[in-house]
Amino acid sequence: MTEFLMPSLGADMEAATVVEWRVKPGDAVKRGDIVAAVETDKGIIDIEVFEEGILQQILVPVGEKVSVGAVLAIFNGADQKSSKPPADPVEKEQPKPVLEPTQADQNAVPTPTAEKSTQRISPAAKKRAKALSVDLANVKGTGAQGAITTADVEQAAGNAKPDAMRQAIASAMSRSKQEIPHYYLATTVDMTDTLDWLAEKNASLPVQARRVYAVLLIKAVALALAEVPELNGYWVDGQFESSDQVNVGMAISLRQGGLIAPALHDVQGKTLDTLMAEFRDLVNRARAGRVSRAEFTEASVTVSSLGEQGVEMMYSIIHPPQVAIVSFGSVIERPWCVDGAVVPRKLMNVSLAADHRASDGHRGALFLNHVSQYLQQPELL
Amino acid sequence: MNRDQIKSVVLSELYSIAPELEDEDIATNTAFRDQFDFDSMDFLNFVIGLHETLKIDIPESDYPKLLSLSGCIAYLESKDLPG
Repeated sequence: MTEFLMPSLGADMEAATVVEWRVKPGDAVKRGDIVAAVETDKGIIDIEVFEEGILQQILVPVGEKVSVGAVLAIFNGADQKSSKPPADPVEKEQPKPVLEPTQADQNAVPTPTAEKSTQRISPAAKKRAKALSVDLANVKGTGAQGAITTADVEQAAGNAKPDAMRQAIASAMSRSKQEIPHYYLATTVDMTDTLDWLAEKNASLPVQARRVYAVLLIKAVALALAEVPELNGYWVDGQFESSDQVNVGMAISLRQGGLIAPALHDVQGKTLDTLMAEFRDLVNRARAGRVSRAEFTEASVTVSSLGEQGVEMMYSIIHPPQVAIVSFGSVIERPWCVDGAVVPRKLMNVSLAADHRASDGHRGALFLNHVSQYLQQPELL
Repeated sequence: MNRDQIKSVVLSELYSIAPELEDEDIATNTAFRDQFDFDSMDFLNFVIGLHETLKIDIPESDYPKLLSLSGCIAYLESKDLPG
């Protein structure tokens, strides 16, 4: 028998509410399966099991709030151990996820079971819920026989707590600037040939398979980190712990304001096609308020890109316990010297903010040079 | 497909990406990203949505024609889509 416990999803998390069960008694699960979703102050997180077994009993029903460590369910497992996340460098310190999902709770994608419920709802309210991305499972009906009305939907949407994310960002960024001695470096990369290469590749691909250039940035960062590993990992207990994998936290802005930085895992070993699919999926889920525990807590470095906003440079703040954040400005056409002549080229600035406790500027500069070189040889990515 | 039908499809794809737009006026000639939060991943999802709904091929080189509502309508009208 295995107890499945409410996990800690950040040092400041004390309790969470179960908002979804994806398994029912009798279902078989294997390690890594998402079995439930829980709602913290800052958003909805999918949680997984860490060993295989068969669900015997759910102890905490949907809607109930329990403390970290509370038994959520009982599994009949292959062995007798308690179901705890595996120990890894990340778990030991419980690094605090710094940019966390927000009030997206109200915006959660509908649960698979929501469709089957007998909840009464008017067509107008249903349309309104879709427009406002409100999960009907979280809406209390006040109409006849408990039917959900348009007003109920609007109230649920209005109940979102926009301040929670602001608070999470404020606390993490203040902590970072107080604790981490940042140093900053920047360089300019000529992206002209690389963007031509990408356009040529995309021309022969169906629209779903086309890559956005951000994927090249992510992969270049991951490969360059392999050469300067002291930028990839965590500062814990007064010393640096490197990460074997490069788990790139992607700073993703949310429609309702704020941002989160969930991780793409093991980036250096993945093809551009795989990364593109995973990146698109991650952005869409982050904006729907659904990321997994691992994505939420395991980034070993962060990448932030200004995309097409037309702003050239960004110097970012490190997300503790990470030790580096790499930021890309918009690609902008500018005069540039090539072979002794001034020509128009598509240029992009890249900056590194790194923790001086873990690395020095000389190594940071080496890293940026590697990023630049990889970006100009896209066939290596 | 007439102009109104095309406009309806375009708006529906926009709303599926940014549901909050349903209550707002969308300026016809202003680029999407200049009037609301619409980044490159939103744009990609938008183009994929048009591709899947209308069953048309949209090469990347045509993307600049799809940056505003009026641009989208003009571009899709030129495709002479069946009703």
